[in-house]
Amino acid sequence: MAGTKNHDYHILPTDPWPFLTSFSALVMTSGLAFFMHDYPFGTYLLIAGLIGLIISMFSWFGNIIKEARAGDHTPVVQLHQRYGMILFIASEVMFFVGWFWAFFDFSLFPSTLAESVDGVWPPAAIEAVMDPFDLPLLNTLILLCSGTTVTWAHHSLIHGDREGLKQGLWLTVILGVLFSMIQAYEYMHAPFPFGENTYGSVFYMATGFHGFHVIVGTIMLIVCLVRAYKGDFTPRQHFGFEAAAWYWHFVDVVWLFLFIAVYVWGGWGATIH
Amino acid sequence: MATTAPETFPVHEDAHHDAHADHKPAFFQRWFMSTNHKDIGTLYLIFSIFAAIVGGGISGIMRMELAEPGIQYLGAVHEFLGGAAGDFDGSLHLWNVLITAHGLIMVFFVVMPAMIGGFANWFVPIMIGAPDMAFPRMNNISFWLTFMGFCSLMMSAFMPGGTGMGAGTGWTVYAPLSTTGSPGPAVDFGIFALHLAGAGSIMGAINFITTIFNMRAPGMSLHKMPLFVWSVLVTAFLLLLALPVLAAAITMLLTDRNFNTTFFTPQGGGDPILYQHLFWFFGHPEVYIMILPGFGIISQIISTFSRKPVFGYLGMAYAMVAIGVVGFIVWAHHMYTVGLSVNEKMYFTAATMVIAVPTGVKIFSWIATMWGGSLRFASPMWWALGFIFLFTVGGVTGVVLANGGIDDNLHDSYYVVAHFHYVLSLGAVTAMFAGWYYWFPKMFGVWHSELLSKLQFIVFFVGVNTLFFPMHFLGMNGMPRRYPDYTPAFELWNWVATKGYEIMAVSIVIFFANILYAIIVRKKAEGNYWGEGATTLEWTLSSPPPFHQFETLPVIDDKAGAAH
Repeated sequence: MAGTKNHDYHILPTDPWPFLTSFSALVMTSGLAFFMHDYPFGTYLLIAGLIGLIISMFSWFGNIIKEARAGDHTPVVQLHQRYGMILFIASEVMFFVGWFWAFFDFSLFPSTLAESVDGVWPPAAIEAVMDPFDLPLLNTLILLCSGTTVTWAHHSLIHGDREGLKQGLWLTVILGVLFSMIQAYEYMHAPFPFGENTYGSVFYMATGFHGFHVIVGTIMLIVCLVRAYKGDFTPRQHFGFEAAAWYWHFVDVVWLFLFIAVYVWGGWGATIH
Repeated sequence: MATTAPETFPVHEDAHHDAHADHKPAFFQRWFMSTNHKDIGTLYLIFSIFAAIVGGGISGIMRMELAEPGIQYLGAVHEFLGGAAGDFDGSLHLWNVLITAHGLIMVFFVVMPAMIGGFANWFVPIMIGAPDMAFPRMNNISFWLTFMGFCSLMMSAFMPGGTGMGAGTGWTVYAPLSTTGSPGPAVDFGIFALHLAGAGSIMGAINFITTIFNMRAPGMSLHKMPLFVWSVLVTAFLLLLALPVLAAAITMLLTDRNFNTTFFTPQGGGDPILYQHLFWFFGHPEVYIMILPGFGIISQIISTFSRKPVFGYLGMAYAMVAIGVVGFIVWAHHMYTVGLSVNEKMYFTAATMVIAVPTGVKIFSWIATMWGGSLRFASPMWWALGFIFLFTVGGVTGVVLANGGIDDNLHDSYYVVAHFHYVLSLGAVTAMFAGWYYWFPKMFGVWHSELLSKLQFIVFFVGVNTLFFPMHFLGMNGMPRRYPDYTPAFELWNWVATKGYEIMAVSIVIFFANILYAIIVRKKAEGNYWGEGATTLEWTLSSPPPFHQFETLPVIDDKAGAAH
């Protein structure tokens, strides 16, 4: 008997998922470390940890959705969620700061020691770069467009237009998937390899982590789409959707910086592939 | 808040009657599936003590080895851990593994879990009048990720590293020693330990910021918050913004090691100095992450035992904010000898000196708080006074090291080791013991022995000063850090330092004896056992507090806040 609760905060019962999620994460990282050093069981551990993580996250987020339906998410709890998401995105911004730091270090002060770089950017070993105004520009337009479609979905949701919500979300998800596919195509046909010099390192890692975030954002939007079909979200309460939308806009902004800095400015004057 | 007026938080009569709210889950659920901030705080404290035994034991081996010149014990320890007999390289590699493990364990698995995970988890919600943290489940995953990070680090000791087993890179994991210099999965396990613990800390930071901003009891404005809560708020922001940069940096290490990228490899145009910039952009805020909660604890204690509010409450709060902000723009003072330009060194020298201003505000305000106060020398006050002295010594040597020119001489010497152990091992750890004895009866409902606490303080104080003060001399005489051997010229002070370690170890025995005392004697503690002067909300509750406190939120009286 937990007395009488006279406040709107969310006091939770005990829950196994934090422990299981953490343990899965340890299995996954250990598996990855073994995998990278060609230990025979590394791959199995990696996959087992990954599956454990996915199950844990599925259950955990599923529980949150159930609690939302049960009315546990009072206004103040929703405020917590808003703060939590904003702060999470702030930490993600700082993660990308690290990658941009590396990029600007390499591009503004190209190494004069390494023959493969030879004091120029793009490095001497990079024979050609991607044309920023080809597929990258298309991808920019796709992401910007998806930003508007997710806003379309949001407005429809606020005005009680469920069909508009689904249409807007469908379009956003399709555009997100399209972006990822074009990015994959671009990687496969890139005129420079992964790694080997600073260009191949920072280009693929920075755009790759962005791509990973696009995929995560797309999954969030797909969850929202499924929930929209199941009748979740009301015009007044739909933070799960808003969180996905915020995240999507964050991913969008990171891309704009990548496009301007890495693709356009970073490839300026170089031979175009 | 122990900071504005003695009667700061008179809560309404009917504000809490939660004695019946004490239904606890069964053992396994309670401790492995917890969503209760106090239980998670206790888990963190137990974990931190366990990690401290490991990390402190490692430093014992190191002090033993350094007691006299030559290599005495490393070979035997290496053999004991399964190394081949007479494997000299392996023994020396073991030294690197020991310094690495000691640093990482003490920073990530002792100080941070005790300060932020333990005390902040326990007392931030209570001090702001909240029933729990904003995200109780995420609170638990923060703990378990930290635990799993520790497991990953422990596993790394049994993997091939470089010329032996384990990650021997130093806690800074500098490239190229951590990349081409350390084949084998040991360093990868170490990197993943930081990823796991870092993810846990970021989630903890999000949790604390959200809790402090949104769950303050009615009437408690930001400017009425206890200073400990302020300190945790600033700390959480530092964690939130600094740790992701470390995550990026160690991910670059990972791909440099395993996937042929060249972030830190000069042959491909990369730059090892870039790693140092990224690392210290995290690493400098990290040292404030370790000390700021200590500042908060000391403020509560000084105020309680002076029976008056902290002098210059707002100045104290914003001094911590200033330390936090400036802490982000001084990182390269850790890298004075890598070939920075004179202009860079001038900037980082000046910026670093600026930190001394808000830090001085804090030291002088603590002293001014005691001035004219009705002082009482209970054991936490002994520790707090010790903190002020020891931290000031460490701060003063910090001002010395802040000078780029002087640092050219002292860089990577034992002077630096003395400096950061004075602020951390004597500053942060002293604050942890202060908080431990301040809150122990509150957390566990039974008294420690005040006599043993004071005895531990005296022995600890003598021990750590004997241990670390001679390191200033060693450093100024040119003894470099991170080596297991040295010229006989350094023998005397090294011998003294090792004796200091032994004295300090006795104080830790007293610490455990004190816990045993509490368990055996079980002398019940009252709700507000420090009496007048202890004015924050945790003293309005029973000891230990009910499983769920503040089922009816306390209301903070407005008039009290007007006292300043």
